[in-house]
Amino acid sequence: MCVKQLHSSSSVFTYSCYDGLYPGHIATTPIQKALLAVGSGVAALQNPYRHDMVAVLGETTGHPALINLRDRMRNDPEGYTVLIERPKIRLSTLDLTKLASLPDGSFGREYLRFLEDNRVTPDSRVDVKFVDNEELAYVMQRYREVHDLLHTLLGMPTNMLGEVAVKWFEAAQTGLPMCVLAAMLGPVRLNASRLQTLFTSLGLWALQNGWRARCVLSIFYERRWEQSLADLREELNIEPPPLILSALNKRKI
Amino acid sequence: MAASVILRLQRVIRLSHGDINVVAAGVSSRSGCCWVQSSCRCFSDAADDRRTHFGFETVPEAEKAKRVYKVFENVAQKYDIMNDAMSLGIHRLWKDALLHAMHPLPGARLLDVAGGTGDIAFRFMAYIRSQQERQKHRAARPMQTSPWQDISSSYSTEDEGGPQESRAVVCDINKEMLKVGKQKADSMGISPGLLWVVGDAEELPFDDAQFDIYTIAFGIRNVTHIEQALQEAQRVLKPGGRFMCLEFSKVTNPLLARLYDAYSFQMIPVLGEVIAGDWKSYQYLVESIRKFPDQEEFKHMIEDAGFCCVRYSSFTGGVVALHSGFKL
Repeated sequence: MCVKQLHSSSSVFTYSCYDGLYPGHIATTPIQKALLAVGSGVAALQNPYRHDMVAVLGETTGHPALINLRDRMRNDPEGYTVLIERPKIRLSTLDLTKLASLPDGSFGREYLRFLEDNRVTPDSRVDVKFVDNEELAYVMQRYREVHDLLHTLLGMPTNMLGEVAVKWFEAAQTGLPMCVLAAMLGPVRLNASRLQTLFTSLGLWALQNGWRARCVLSIFYERRWEQSLADLREELNIEPPPLILSALNKRKI
Repeated sequence: MAASVILRLQRVIRLSHGDINVVAAGVSSRSGCCWVQSSCRCFSDAADDRRTHFGFETVPEAEKAKRVYKVFENVAQKYDIMNDAMSLGIHRLWKDALLHAMHPLPGARLLDVAGGTGDIAFRFMAYIRSQQERQKHRAARPMQTSPWQDISSSYSTEDEGGPQESRAVVCDINKEMLKVGKQKADSMGISPGLLWVVGDAEELPFDDAQFDIYTIAFGIRNVTHIEQALQEAQRVLKPGGRFMCLEFSKVTNPLLARLYDAYSFQMIPVLGEVIAGDWKSYQYLVESIRKFPDQEEFKHMIEDAGFCCVRYSSFTGGVVALHSGFKL
């Protein structure tokens, strides 16, 4: 699929199939990517709740890391299946009643509990725009969708401390510059007691597990709702969290 | 003479481009690309679906208005911030220059079309107010040595011909932009004398010969049928009324033009994405500037609509041009 721009002397014809290499793709020059990276970085620092800016920062700086992730997925049989079949996690594709009927302790049931406790939805992910390769764009999209599942796997809520812990895990796992930056700057916004928790137990656990765990993007999560969470953690080589963080601790910092 | 003939020929060619675009799009859609939403309509009624430009894209005319509406609906909240960021504040100088050229006097009635967030209308009201202050001072000077009774009687006659005489009507097709403008006016406390009306520049909801001054600042390039907007301007102006248009235009200096192009295409969509979260709207805006006729051609279009004494002046090397004409 293509975008073609024919320039004639007096006018410009543009016809596009969808916009670019995939729906939502915006072609950008290297200068634009650099400007976007700087601009989105500043905007995200000023207002960390601007998820679109965090997303843009990830896309414009993540090319080498995405290639690495894609290659890891290709080398894993289940990851390869994910790359071929391209599953997407959306409310429309999730059977919520079926998930609710699963036993406690199963991955699907715990994921649903995470969505309800933290009042989040899998549909709030920003679409990928600035990655200039269709397969890498899918890897990026999958990374975003798996982020919520990671919260469930790691047992972390969506408050600031939980998010920082997940970011440390992701930084160690994926090497995406956006994750590394967020991991370094996230703790700045934590109060003293949470910082202590992070640096004494939670942070180290997140880092170690990030390094040694199997590539979390290589799992076909949609086929594993019935599997028990403990079992899945063992398969992925992830230790259970050292602390239980309650979602009720969630307040804006 | 020859130059103007050439310009008119160019315009004829441009008007007939609509047909050429239809043919070209039809060819492209047949050659295998099946997801083109805009070209698909070519299969049905090529003769009926006149096409026009939306930035560098070609779309059916009926669709352009809808898409422009969507653009401004999306950008309304961040419109003023983006203007400051993109032009580094220079847009304020351009608008001030428009007001100085306009030199409205108390009693003038302004129609600001595509006035959206109200920049021109606010400046108009401020200008009128300062003119009124000057008039008051001038009137007060000979009174300084008069007895108290004469001064107090002059105060009572003053209030009748107050700011109520001058009225500015802000007309815009987009409700979101008007909402933002109204909020600004309320917070600045300058609501009296301002009217906010939803309307289409191609079909204004006003009677003939209502206004002394018609302005359209950075709005006319978004109108689908510019000639119709010019004719509506001609209609609603009183005889002796003035048409003024501030719009992006052609930069003549080649070096400046290249810098301007690089800045427009590299920087502005990035600013749009970072500040407003909307790349595509700002991509459209910079492309629509390129599709707009240059200073001379637009001057001829204004003359064709029946305006006299049409003049233009370029600012910032041609980045912006102010066109002015009179209805006689």
